[in-house]
Amino acid sequence: MFQPSASLANLQKRAQLLQQLRAFFYARDVMEVDVPAIGAATVTDIHLEPLVVPGTGYLQTSPEYFMKRLLAAGSPSIFYLGKAYRSDESGRRHRPEFTMLEWYRLGFDDHALMQEMAELFRELAPHVAIRFSSYTDAFQAVLGLCPHRASLADLQACIASKIELNSPLTDKSSCLDLLFSHCVEPELGNGITFVYDFPREQCALARMALNDAGQQVARRFEVYWDGMELANGYWELCGAEEQRKRFESDRRTRTALGLTVPEVDERFLAALETGLPECAGVALGVDRLLMCLLKVKDIREVMPFADL
Amino acid sequence: MASYSTSEFRSGMKVMLDGDPCSIVENEFVKPGKGQAFNRVRLKNLKSGRVWERTFKSGETLEAADVVDREMQYLYSDGEFWHFMHPETFEQLQADQATVGEAAKWLREQDIVTLTLYNGEPLAVTPPNHVELEVVETDPGLKGDTAQGGTKPATLSTGAVVKVPLFVSIGDVLRVDTRTGEYLGRANK
Repeated sequence: MFQPSASLANLQKRAQLLQQLRAFFYARDVMEVDVPAIGAATVTDIHLEPLVVPGTGYLQTSPEYFMKRLLAAGSPSIFYLGKAYRSDESGRRHRPEFTMLEWYRLGFDDHALMQEMAELFRELAPHVAIRFSSYTDAFQAVLGLCPHRASLADLQACIASKIELNSPLTDKSSCLDLLFSHCVEPELGNGITFVYDFPREQCALARMALNDAGQQVARRFEVYWDGMELANGYWELCGAEEQRKRFESDRRTRTALGLTVPEVDERFLAALETGLPECAGVALGVDRLLMCLLKVKDIREVMPFADL
Repeated sequence: MASYSTSEFRSGMKVMLDGDPCSIVENEFVKPGKGQAFNRVRLKNLKSGRVWERTFKSGETLEAADVVDREMQYLYSDGEFWHFMHPETFEQLQADQATVGEAAKWLREQDIVTLTLYNGEPLAVTPPNHVELEVVETDPGLKGDTAQGGTKPATLSTGAVVKVPLFVSIGDVLRVDTRTGEYLGRANK
């Protein structure tokens, strides 16, 4: 079978989408950057496995570190539209090689960036409903629990009443991941939903701030379309000190879990030390975006050759 | 016995779960961009037939179940056990009522059926998808009434009762789908 996994009609839509995405940013003077797919270093994220290029380095799980090095070197707002790679990810919504759109806006916070994304979605799909919800509201509406105040035991009890789990989860962040992906996502409904202000356990590379209720939240957001995760954005963490701490904590966790423990990307940290300008950034899965636009359920239908 | 990791789970794979052999029906990978990856797995318990869903952390493993399907010839039933024979080795096995279950009403002596064995013991009996069986009891046939949609019950030689068109009579040999119990047509004599 030499034939593509996607129909030619879908591939034509794909070509059109890539062109529309580029046009959106060129019209706003956001500079396209074509950063490397192979880097000497990789992320320490405990939930990502990079693909190793023997003797050279790693295929990048996202263009983030290269892009932030550019920002620290004085570049204006930038975007990347190209491939990213993650090992061990395969399914109806996952492939080890996929297309990512990532962009950084100088002087924006997470809310300004969400507004710009909403403009992009309105251009691509003028009739789709767009909603905004805090993580707290989305979580509480479905599960009746406050994700910030709930203890590990509360979350475990909630899981036990809803999901048959093979072995118990022992940290709050994994419990939140499970409950959100299994119970909350399917209830987000049709159309586009921006979910913002994440629990502090899920801060990743976002800054911390207090919400209106005085709770410490991560200024991170996720975008869902018809209940499928499409994008993840941050009001970016700029301090090298805090970033190094998070890397070291990841490395300790990876050691404890028996995973490979990559070296910290020192050039990325050096860039942060020089100073990352105030900015917000977001990464969006382009294949999934096309799935939503075309209303298809399997990522293979939008990728020219999805099977290895 | 070998074990399988969540990324290897495929539909039809036989695994052990809570001490029972199960068949994997579906395996869905669920992973937040930043977060723990899970596999939502639908499994069928091969003992009870119950299908249910369980969520695994990606990377967890299950032991393979020693479950094999074997084609065997149905010999006879002594009322308590149903007896089967391997057509080449002549090895014989017996299965009880609970194991044979619904399949009993489709079993005709000498037919080849599928025996699912767990640790060498029969776990389930599956008749062929299509069988040809003779009608032993039904209301008199209405000749020429081939166009109408009416049906009546007919008892087959194995005891199964199926809905058939009105023109079918005693002695006819019928093709039946054993999965649905549906009449497919009269077999060519």
